[in-house]
Amino acid sequence: MKKEIGNVEIIIEKWKGIKGSLIMALHELQHLYGYVPQKGAQQISTAFKIPLSQIFEVITFYNLFKLKEPGKHTIAVCLGTACYLKGAPDILNELKVLLKVEEGGTTKDGQFNLDVVRCLGCCGLAPVMTIDGEIYGKVKKNEIKDILAKYKKKEQK
Amino acid sequence: MINIKIDGTDYQVEEGLTIAEACAGLGINIPTLCHLKDVSQDAYCGICVVEMKNARILPRACITKVAPGMEIQTKTQLVQETRRMNLELILANHPLDCMTCDKDGECALQDLAYQFGIKRSIFLNDENVFAKEVKTPWDTNPFIKKEPAKCIMCKRCVDACANQARVEAICVANRGVKTEIATPFGQPLEETTCLFCAECVQACPTGALIERTRIGKGKFKDLTPTDTICAYCGVGCNLKLFKDKNNQLVMARAINSKVNRGRACVKGRYGYEYVNSPDRLTTPLIRREGKLRKATWAEALAYTAERLKEIKDKYGPDSIGVLGSSRCTNEDNYVIQKFARVGIGTNNIDNCARLCHSSTVAGLNLALGAGAATNSLEDIFDSDVMFIIGSNTTETHPVIGKFIKENQKNGAKIIVCDPRYVDIAKAADLYLPHTPGTDVALLNGIMRQILEHKLEQGDFIAAHTEGFEELKKLLADYDLEKVSQITGVEPELIKRAALLYGGAKSAMIFYTMGITQHTTGVDNVLSIANLALITGNLGKRGAGIMALRGQANVQGSCDMGALPNVYPGYQKVDDPAVKEKFEKAWGARLSAKAGLTVTEFSTQAKEGKLKAVYSMGENPLMTEADVKHVREGFEKLEFFATQDIFLSETAEIADVVFPAAAAYEKDGTFTNTERRVQLLRPAKDKPQGTKYDWEIVCELAKVFGYSMNYSGPAEIMDEIAKVTPSMGGISFKRLAGDGLQWPCPTTDHPGTVILHEGGSFKRPNGKGKFHAVVYKPANELTDKEYPFILTSGRILFHYHSGNETRRVKAIDKFVPRNYVEINPEDATRLGIGDKDMVKVSTRRGSIEVEARISDRPKRGLVFISFHFREANVNLLTNPALDPISKIPEYKVAACGLEKIWN
Ligand code: SF4
Ligand code: SF4
Ligand code: SF4
Ligand code: FES
Ligand code: FES
Repeated sequence: MKKEIGNVEIIIEKWKGIKGSLIMALHELQHLYGYVPQKGAQQISTAFKIPLSQIFEVITFYNLFKLKEPGKHTIAVCLGTACYLKGAPDILNELKVLLKVEEGGTTKDGQFNLDVVRCLGCCGLAPVMTIDGEIYGKVKKNEIKDILAKYKKKEQK
Repeated sequence: MINIKIDGTDYQVEEGLTIAEACAGLGINIPTLCHLKDVSQDAYCGICVVEMKNARILPRACITKVAPGMEIQTKTQLVQETRRMNLELILANHPLDCMTCDKDGECALQDLAYQFGIKRSIFLNDENVFAKEVKTPWDTNPFIKKEPAKCIMCKRCVDACANQARVEAICVANRGVKTEIATPFGQPLEETTCLFCAECVQACPTGALIERTRIGKGKFKDLTPTDTICAYCGVGCNLKLFKDKNNQLVMARAINSKVNRGRACVKGRYGYEYVNSPDRLTTPLIRREGKLRKATWAEALAYTAERLKEIKDKYGPDSIGVLGSSRCTNEDNYVIQKFARVGIGTNNIDNCARLCHSSTVAGLNLALGAGAATNSLEDIFDSDVMFIIGSNTTETHPVIGKFIKENQKNGAKIIVCDPRYVDIAKAADLYLPHTPGTDVALLNGIMRQILEHKLEQGDFIAAHTEGFEELKKLLADYDLEKVSQITGVEPELIKRAALLYGGAKSAMIFYTMGITQHTTGVDNVLSIANLALITGNLGKRGAGIMALRGQANVQGSCDMGALPNVYPGYQKVDDPAVKEKFEKAWGARLSAKAGLTVTEFSTQAKEGKLKAVYSMGENPLMTEADVKHVREGFEKLEFFATQDIFLSETAEIADVVFPAAAAYEKDGTFTNTERRVQLLRPAKDKPQGTKYDWEIVCELAKVFGYSMNYSGPAEIMDEIAKVTPSMGGISFKRLAGDGLQWPCPTTDHPGTVILHEGGSFKRPNGKGKFHAVVYKPANELTDKEYPFILTSGRILFHYHSGNETRRVKAIDKFVPRNYVEINPEDATRLGIGDKDMVKVSTRRGSIEVEARISDRPKRGLVFISFHFREANVNLLTNPALDPISKIPEYKVAACGLEKIWN
């Protein structure tokens, strides 16, 4: 943790006093942690003399920023037109049920994020989902459990 | 003026108004909902739309300015339908909850729904008809509750927090349908920067935000409002207090008056509750067989009069001391000082102002000829630089703190000199953390820099002052290096402060106890006067010296002559002409000898010279320095009587206690920190068995053999006006509304906003006087055994000896116990963690108190508040006195720290 705080200080040094630099600083903070942690935002708030409430408004206004530590693996389900028509909503639903998580959320054990995206450019494979960038095409509802299991196993090793 | 047409009729209206304001002035109704004047201008709701010729959309009347030739329709079908549709949308998620909502009857949304006849929004889903309990960050604080379902996202609360409170604790989070009023990162409200001033609650047009303390205490129609003055600090906020059907106060609203501009702090908003307390005294008490027992008024009055007479006959009138009070009205104080001087025949009359601003009264009098704040609160907005020294403004004078921050937002700069990194220091543009007790050195250093940079106002000095050469000579001794060494402030900061203050067009100084409560209190005040004089920052707008008064009527109690050396209006008792005037006015022989100060009462009692004390609501056994010795003194008295609303620490040892009415039950006047005399009105009936303070004194006087007859406070004020030249034009009739600022010598005088206007000072020769003040170290210095400096003071949530705020449930729940603030480095060195119990000792005693590790005190300094009887810091404070003002050195004591347990 000590080291990380040091890094936040580097970000602050870099952007402090530069007009309109809050978003850049927050962006780098997110890059550092994968999300915007409250503690880091508080440090920026103190250094920039910008109330934490204003920073929070900014963070929640832009979809770009995440407030929670992301899961280890990111699942993205395509809801583009082609995938949608080929049953992507069912796939998404199944994932929600299996992982007990809403879209945009992270599982309790911190293993998976569940995101939704628009057209991944491989409509021929619809319905499509990716996990950590790896593409799974023509996904069937009953395959999902096994796909997820692969990642859970990886963990245990 | 410009011409516009509204609903087919031609009107002339002022330029710059919005359509809504113009219409309001003409009596044309335009509904508004999200708009709140001076606070919130987001124009979100669309309730106020009107039709305008040649406009493609329906403009919003709340933000659209009138323009020449404008033609507006406010009542067309299109307007009505649009407003209605907008309202349907606003109500789309609003529960149909009015029956059990505490806001019922004062809710703007409810009124509009009624007006438009919307029983149920066409968009409302069945599942939202009743609000469900949801968790919010507002759930765990005792002050404010939030019901998100009732929120219409008007943003008024967020704007109130930003623009009125100047805190920005809350915000609008997320976008689209998920938008909500939130705290940062969803932290509980109490973990944010929120100060619980409830400006947000007052701004909320619906039941979404509400004072938790008010829930279930009655609907709006069952509450009776009264306009009166906050009884806590010297800002003198105008409040509307509401009582329920059981004569209990249940709610407070800030009035948009000249003084507080619709704002208040947590004490004004919630602190009234003590008046409802079951601990209130309702019957006189007499000590019999060592115990205080109930007595009748006749018994208690007769016994007190008899004992006082006995003592006066045996030892002479100067063996009796009398205490007025800064928590009582002008009328109460006038009557009690008159009783002391005429009835008993002594000038031994003082009040708790001795312990806070006696240095100001003495110091500013010497330098300027008047011991009061020179300027007004409205003036703050005209100052370019605000120089704050020894004032924790946002906690002790919260509403002034808000004004200062608002003026900073308008472009003005803030300089703060304080050993503690208090909230206002955090907001400062320049912060100078000087060592406690080194104020004179610091101010001399700043003045030296002003001279070096030729920023002094030579013309002003030549025309309006005297004594400059002596000061100049003295300042030669205060070069940067030396001053930096004494004060512990970097030379560069001292220089920058000098440049900023000295370079300002108009700069205002604010100070409080950090300046006055020293053995060099008067010296400190003189130095401040020097600084203002040298730069010509007196007698003009946006400048001056604001000695911020601590208690609601500390200005007034002094004005009324509840002081041992002056009659009302600071007319000296040892001036034969003055004495003669008062002998004539009061029809009695008066003593020419100045009396004892309250800080001398206990020592004189101990030495057997003072035999009896009669006190009006004072609590010296809690609030004087080194209280253990004060107690010993009071215990040696042959007789001690007091009038109070509670059995205070002092009342506990009295021989007689009279039950009094509280400030919120009184008619009368308070004088706030800007010399504004303001009317108090009883917001509830006083409890049965109690009497008003002035009434008790008059009844006692009568039995004592000196008859004082008044029909009420108004008549007392008429007498005050007669004998006090500076208040000669003041009467209750004239005080309705904004009150009057003294000097107000005649009945047609409008009152005085700025003292010493144009450099004509109140001293006999009309000049301001410089004093060459040499720096003297604090009375007590640190050593091996007591290596820390202890400084004492107030915190936002509690007040003085705590007898009121400790009886306000929400407040006492929020801050239930005392604590000592310790710098993190010191704490680590001593192995003390947050919330550990530590023993704090000085040469006078020790207390056990919880540690709070905090970046506020600088290294080597600790802070403890004086509100808690269980851990009273005044067992530790240094009773050494300023030689002139006789104020104790509350701000510096050498102390030791020791961890007891985790
Ligand atoms: S109580 Fe005052 S400080 Fe707290 S959120 Fe409301 S307006 Fe802001
Ligand atoms: S809480 Fe009240 S003031 Fe704030 S947005 Fe909601 S309705 Fe408006
Ligand atoms: S600022 Fe002072 S006068 Fe105003 S509400 Fe608070 S305590 Fe009362
Ligand atoms: S729509 Fe899913 S990949 Fe194109
Ligand atoms: S009152 Fe004008 S838009 Fe809300």
